Amino acid sequence: MRTLIRIIGLWTLLQLRTIGHMFVFLINSFYFIFVPPFKIRLLLRQIRFFGNKSMLVILLTGSFTGMVLALQLFYILRKFGSEALLGPGIALSLIRELGPVLSALMVTGRAGSALAAEIGMMRISEQIDALSAMALNPLRYLIVPNIVAALIAFPLIVAIFDVIGIFGGYLVGVEILGISSGTYFSLMKDYVFMEDIMVGLYKSLSFGLIVSWICCYKGFYTGFGAEGVSKSTTEAVVLCSILILIWDYFLGAVLL
Amino acid sequence: MIEIVDLHKSFNGQKVLNGVNLKISEKEIVTIMGISGCGKSVLIKHIIGLLMPDKGSILIEGVDITKIDIKELDKIRERLGVLFQGGALFDSLTVYGNIAFPLREKTKLSKSEIRDRVLDALEVVGLKGMGKKYPGELSGGMKKRVALARALITEPSLVLFDEPTTGLDPVIASSIHALIKATHEKYGYTGVIISHEVPKIFEITDKVAMLHNGTIVDVGTPEEIQNSTNPIVKQFITGSHEGPIEY
Repeated sequence: MRTLIRIIGLWTLLQLRTIGHMFVFLINSFYFIFVPPFKIRLLLRQIRFFGNKSMLVILLTGSFTGMVLALQLFYILRKFGSEALLGPGIALSLIRELGPVLSALMVTGRAGSALAAEIGMMRISEQIDALSAMALNPLRYLIVPNIVAALIAFPLIVAIFDVIGIFGGYLVGVEILGISSGTYFSLMKDYVFMEDIMVGLYKSLSFGLIVSWICCYKGFYTGFGAEGVSKSTTEAVVLCSILILIWDYFLGAVLL
Repeated sequence: MIEIVDLHKSFNGQKVLNGVNLKISEKEIVTIMGISGCGKSVLIKHIIGLLMPDKGSILIEGVDITKIDIKELDKIRERLGVLFQGGALFDSLTVYGNIAFPLREKTKLSKSEIRDRVLDALEVVGLKGMGKKYPGELSGGMKKRVALARALITEPSLVLFDEPTTGLDPVIASSIHALIKATHEKYGYTGVIISHEVPKIFEITDKVAMLHNGTIVDVGTPEEIQNSTNPIVKQFITGSHEGPIEY
């Protein structure tokens, strides 16, 4: 029994130390966001990296999410004779919930994993050590551009996801299921408010921070060799996905 | 120039450095040799300040780098050039970009001045016209040459070479040795080479130190080391599998 308690205690201490280390990493990175010189070119490259890597997958998942939502919501709303509310139903589901969560999960799988692997490869090939040896802070060159780029790119990616999803819903709801085009959009205007859009924005910003922070951290402190990089990439994707869903619940509960 | 005093380092309870003592004078090239996994790279990482010792000190130009903050350490690093084992070239930059990188980030030189210096460095390492290539397009020997050019571009007073010829064929290895010798004559830096390329390395080094079981077991000129009576040194130089070195 004492051995079990000791194992649980040691595991807890290890987890607490890792969490503390992750927060120190984040705080140090945040410090360099506000301290010049700013690496604008690297920032633009990383914004392109997040957008470019994820765009196709966002367009595909966004459109099909909207289409599936239209099918399912139409089936439910028809039971209550409220098919006209299909437009606002799709828009609110996407803007408040599905857009930020699904696009964050997609970006994690596409760009986040690539980011963790790239930084991990830089670690094992001593490129990060080379930066330090040149008296250049690796956080400023590798981590800060990614965190800021994610904070800029995520809301834009989510906005694209939402718009594509709404048009996917339009395709099914209006073109296939026969709702009038005017009803679909005009009721959306009546039921979707600025605060709904702000909820989506807050979520996308926080997911951007989570994805860039976790993926950069896992890559930066990767293990040895190809196996170490593979392990840290997997850990980054799994941890990001779990944190996105947990944080989504808490943020949703606060912002509801 | 460099004085390593009673340096100790362990990883997860395993002792890697166990009281290393070594003095390196200015403008001298010192080779640290030893079997694979004896802690040579760990020692060089301590000199760069990438690892901190459990005990002991490293004095570079009189400053103990184990007791200074990161800002002061960076000032020392600015006078340092490092050729890493695998080259450590930035994959996203071209050969030109890699060599120009320290100048762009650490100096206020104009674009044309940087260009002149990079082209000159490319010529010195025999890679004229290769500036537009990416590291992924280069052979192992070419990568080492680019890394050497990058390490020397800021004209550092101390250059550390971590196994500069590992994995290269004898001809390319000789050319890298010749380059180290030529650049040392040109720039007059203090050099620390981690290598087990015996006897070739003796041609370019002023002093040799043998690292074994976490300590320096013998130091001397290449001639003294080649005539050493220390059984560890003897076995290492002859490459015999019989002797005091356990593997």
